[in-house]
Amino acid sequence: MSKVRNNRAWWLILPMLALVAFSAIIPLMTVVNYSVQDVFDPSTRFFTGSEWFVQMLNDPALQAALLRQFAFSLTILLIEVPLGIGIALLMPKRGWQASVVLVLVTLPLLIPWNVVGSIWQIFTRGDIGLMGWSLRQVGYPYNITSNPLDAWVTIVLMDVWHWTSLIALLCYSGLRAIPEAYYQAARIDRASHWAIFRYIQLPKLTNVLVIGVLLRFMHSFMIYAEPFVLTGGGPGNSTTFLSQSLAVMATAQFDVGPAAAFSLIYFLIILLVCWVFYTVIMNLQKDSASGVSHD
Amino acid sequence: MTDVIRKGRVIRRTLLMGLYLLFVLLPIYWLVNMSLQSNSEILGELTLWPQQLTWGNYTRIFTDSSWYMGYVNSITYVLMNMVISMAVALPAAYAFSRYSFIGDKHLFFWLLTNMMAPPAVFLLPYFQLYYSVGLFDTHIAVALAHCLFNIPLAVWILEGFMSSVPREIDETAFIDGYSFPRFFLRVFLPLIRSGIGVTLFFLFMFSWVELLLARTLTSTQAQPIASVMTRTSTASGIDWGTLAAAGVLTIVPGILVVFFVRHHIAKGFALGRT
Repeated sequence: MSKVRNNRAWWLILPMLALVAFSAIIPLMTVVNYSVQDVFDPSTRFFTGSEWFVQMLNDPALQAALLRQFAFSLTILLIEVPLGIGIALLMPKRGWQASVVLVLVTLPLLIPWNVVGSIWQIFTRGDIGLMGWSLRQVGYPYNITSNPLDAWVTIVLMDVWHWTSLIALLCYSGLRAIPEAYYQAARIDRASHWAIFRYIQLPKLTNVLVIGVLLRFMHSFMIYAEPFVLTGGGPGNSTTFLSQSLAVMATAQFDVGPAAAFSLIYFLIILLVCWVFYTVIMNLQKDSASGVSHD
Repeated sequence: MTDVIRKGRVIRRTLLMGLYLLFVLLPIYWLVNMSLQSNSEILGELTLWPQQLTWGNYTRIFTDSSWYMGYVNSITYVLMNMVISMAVALPAAYAFSRYSFIGDKHLFFWLLTNMMAPPAVFLLPYFQLYYSVGLFDTHIAVALAHCLFNIPLAVWILEGFMSSVPREIDETAFIDGYSFPRFFLRVFLPLIRSGIGVTLFFLFMFSWVELLLARTLTSTQAQPIASVMTRTSTASGIDWGTLAAAGVLTIVPGILVVFFVRHHIAKGFALGRT
């Protein structure tokens, strides 16, 4: 759609801008301020320049957390995206079944994140949890508090449980937008199910899938409450992710300077990835607007 | 012959879908199961359903004000956040969808980055900011803090819905002599009604599930239910029954909300962009 050039539109943006500035810019300035200072108490501060940044970038614990974070995000994306697409294809399209399935699939998304952790903590306990108890019954010594692999797999499973629904719902809404005529044409051509998926459904899903991957990547990068409740980051550091390292540094150890520097590094990584995704989305939309994707 | 094949396919699809729903529901079932048991039963023999059904865990929550106020606090700041976010996001989304102006693309991108900002990054400055302006431990503090990710989200979704309304409608209304506020409230908002419903659903969802900021910005007066729940862990062990009951009760508002907007959810998850 062509837009009217009108700089007075800024007035409509202004209230929002004021509010977001209050909740985003002021805190960000504070973080930048701290990241270059050594704070003993509010009145005693020293300018440290880039010292904290150098220290943080060379910290092996943080490097390990960052690596773990990327491994985790990649793992869950590889599982959740194909699984989500599959679920979306399976979901009933009309009738009361559609409503019921829709509500049930949405359910995990509406549970507070720490409650998700509690649910899985209860579910995976070896003595009182259905999953932990069952695994022990069949002879597997399942224990997330002592076995790092068990803890890791459980966190991944929990995330798949929690978030596959988001991908499924995004794809479901994308699928619903495909006109019935496309399927009729495919039926006349005697197209196989795979061909329909490959040449009709998947191209129509790219738009929502990019959004889905973006949201999933970002949220998995911020994961905090679930592993905090479930494993506390253990055993060892095997399930300690970036947000948790940061929260410990800032609120438990009060290492304000390093925590601030770390925050900024963290934020820059997110910003970079976000920018890449944003560019992709905008190009996709431009393509579909100019009719390339056959709307 | 083809009928048999089709029937087989339907059965297979139903089976696979059922399997996934089982996976989704099993942990929740276990939570409900434990919430209806006494602690001695929970810690004793593992049973698939409550042998001695008890509502004690729920009565404890509903009779203890430090418990049920947690829910009241959570709902209060979620509602406040929904009102604030909507009030500022509606005009902004309209501007983004209808006009081009200096810096619009950069501004939109910057907005999105706020949605991506990990709350952990802002933890410390938020604490200090709200403490210094005297808003610490109030509902409005959490409501404002959640604006960080909810306003960008609202603008993003609403912009998608608004862009699907042809701008000829705006022009016709202006020619007919509607003033901008009157057009916006009487003509435009009803047109994107389902978009607004869906946006409110998302605002509710993300504010309701967020814990890190809510917990950091409150201590006693505005404590969210999520942090009240940590009280079940005491020196003598975890009060599993009460923890489970409290968990079940946090799911209920979500179920209610999703039930009311179920017909719009599919569209909403595409953020108005299908």
